[in-house]
Amino acid sequence: MPAVRETVEQVREIDVDRYKYGFSTDIETERAPKGLDEDTVRFISAKKNEPEWMLEWRLAAFRRWLTLKEPTWARVAYPKIDFQDIYYYAAPKAGGTYKTIDDVPPEILETYEKLGIPLKEREILLGVEQPSGPDLPSKVAVDAVFDSVSVAAASLEKKEKAGVLFMSISEAIQKHPEIVKKYLGSVVPITDNFYATLNSAVFSDGSFVYVPKGVRCPMELSTYFRINERNTGQFERTLIIAEEGAYVSYLEGCTAPTRDENQLHAAVVELVALDDAEIKYSTVQNWYPGDKDGKGGVYNFVTKRGDCRGKRSKISWTQVETGSAITWKYPSCVLRGDDSVGEFFSIAVSNGHQQIDSGTKMTHLGKNTRSRIVSKGIAAGQSSNTYRGLVSAHRKAKNVRNHTVCDSLLIGDKCGAHTIPYIEAKNSDVVFEHEATTSKIGDDQLFYCQQRGIGEEEAVALIVNGFVRDVIQQLPMEFAVEAQKLIGVSLEGSVG
Amino acid sequence: MVLLEIKNLHVKVEDEDREILRGLDLAIEPGAVHAIMGPNGSGKSTLAHVLAGREGYEVTDGEVRFAGKDLLELEPDERAVMGVFLAFQYPVEIPGVAGMTFLKTALNAQRKARGEEELTTPDFMRMVKEASDRLQMTPEMLRRPVNTGFSGGEKKRNEILQMAMLEPKLAILDETDSGLDIDALRIVADGVNALRAPDRAMLVITHYQRLLNHIVPDVVHVMASGRIVRSGGKELALELEERGYAEYEENAA
Repeated sequence: MPAVRETVEQVREIDVDRYKYGFSTDIETERAPKGLDEDTVRFISAKKNEPEWMLEWRLAAFRRWLTLKEPTWARVAYPKIDFQDIYYYAAPKAGGTYKTIDDVPPEILETYEKLGIPLKEREILLGVEQPSGPDLPSKVAVDAVFDSVSVAAASLEKKEKAGVLFMSISEAIQKHPEIVKKYLGSVVPITDNFYATLNSAVFSDGSFVYVPKGVRCPMELSTYFRINERNTGQFERTLIIAEEGAYVSYLEGCTAPTRDENQLHAAVVELVALDDAEIKYSTVQNWYPGDKDGKGGVYNFVTKRGDCRGKRSKISWTQVETGSAITWKYPSCVLRGDDSVGEFFSIAVSNGHQQIDSGTKMTHLGKNTRSRIVSKGIAAGQSSNTYRGLVSAHRKAKNVRNHTVCDSLLIGDKCGAHTIPYIEAKNSDVVFEHEATTSKIGDDQLFYCQQRGIGEEEAVALIVNGFVRDVIQQLPMEFAVEAQKLIGVSLEGSVG
Repeated sequence: MVLLEIKNLHVKVEDEDREILRGLDLAIEPGAVHAIMGPNGSGKSTLAHVLAGREGYEVTDGEVRFAGKDLLELEPDERAVMGVFLAFQYPVEIPGVAGMTFLKTALNAQRKARGEEELTTPDFMRMVKEASDRLQMTPEMLRRPVNTGFSGGEKKRNEILQMAMLEPKLAILDETDSGLDIDALRIVADGVNALRAPDRAMLVITHYQRLLNHIVPDVVHVMASGRIVRSGGKELALELEERGYAEYEENAA
């Protein structure tokens, strides 16, 4: 992205906050010893200089985690995770993940090439060791705010003037504890599920966004350029709050593949929208999917939930999932406030040996609430792609409407697409509509396209783009262009 | 110069022993309309697919030259760019891709590959309107995904529409008349006849003589058991209609 390069320059000029927190000189070791016990949790909290209440919160979660059993109901298979064989804390290394660009696996570099990402950005995004000094030190985590054409400095100023708070959650715990205390765990409680509970105990960092009453956040917030140390990204915790009448659009993710030593990524994202507020949350996920035999890829086990707490509030999730060896997530909406609206737009692509069990839950509690689901699953190679959805209406949720479109596209004949919709209507004043289609790109269709002069790759792209158009239209424009390119790259070699 | 030259072509289905084309020879000049008639199993469709470059066949002997080039060396899309067009017997549906989008993508892909300028949208729309009007196809039909919800006749007309837009040098019509009623047949035949040109050759594959009343060929070939066993003028078609294929099958075997 050309914008990114400009931003590196501009951000450097602004004296952006750097990570000051968490590396007290008392504790010298760079990593907590492998394994997870109460001491590990204390270690993490101490490293981050957290207040007592935060430590207690983590410990409560940890103790709860000890009582929970790993869930195994998803349509995914993986070797048993040894939770004691993981580093739960690692200080950002002085060096990068790779010593030089030559150490980066060629397939990853090729993808960067195809996505048009300039060389410098590639190095930064991959965590290649950068010389310290005038260049951006690799230790810096930059939550830069920018949109596609404006100057980062002006954006930051605008954002600050408006009173929008956008920082890492570690920083928010220090600077705005009252807000964090009020909302953290209110959408995904520490008891919610095995992986969310684990996250609550050992979360490393994440984004914190707070938009005050009546403020329409002037630009899209993005963690696109978070050059976070890879090792600390595995248990991300994000909290976004939109007060009455507020609006914010948040972009999470990076189209470039990021490889990580840590296979397990168990993030938690909580969104809270008060009366008349709106939150748009967009994700493009392209974590490393594993090698050609499906080994070594990332496990993306995420809990994402939005609480439409206020009347007439609205939360929209838009996601493009193309990476990870295993994707297991259900960005959901709790439609609590009367007249609130929840939306879920998703493109989930699986190729090679990838496995996806993903979908959404729309829980209608309030009256006159609406939800909309558009899910497009594309399966290729030998992958397995499952949509799992729950649409429910509480006894008192009258005049509720849901419309679900769930389409699967199969490429080749070795992959699988599955749909598991759950519909629960606990009162009769509810209209739930569900449409589903399954189609296949077979050799015949490709040959038809080729016989008309369209090359094989272009033919797959043509067919896939037609298939995903409805969802792509929901993405912020620049993201949309990249997402299309990314889908094309992910499906390479899917035929024949 | 001969446009299409097939010499001693032997083709079998991949991974099988049975030969389908057993020494086929054929030569077509630009501007000529050749018809191939023959019983089921004679290899007519196989010939069409092998010329178009479909996978699943193995050429065990012989050669095919198109405009002087070795055709069998080229990928299907490369052959299309060179001007080979196959009107399919059973056109497939392509979900999610509007007919209009498909046409534009194909046309511009070919132009780009030939180093020509892509067609502007207004020019493209004009071309489509003219061609689709003649084939009695409505804009609404082209907004639907390719061939989706089309009747047999509409699918065949869509094939001819694509042929009109792509302006091939060699149009292979694989049983274009199958499944058509009299009226549809006339529309399709008129469409094909409108595309006759001195630099365009046609290879019309059919069982039935009826189509050839409308698309009058210059040369008629009889195909049996994987090769061309007799060639003649358009009267040969009438003769076949009367006498059938039996004598050719005995001889060819």
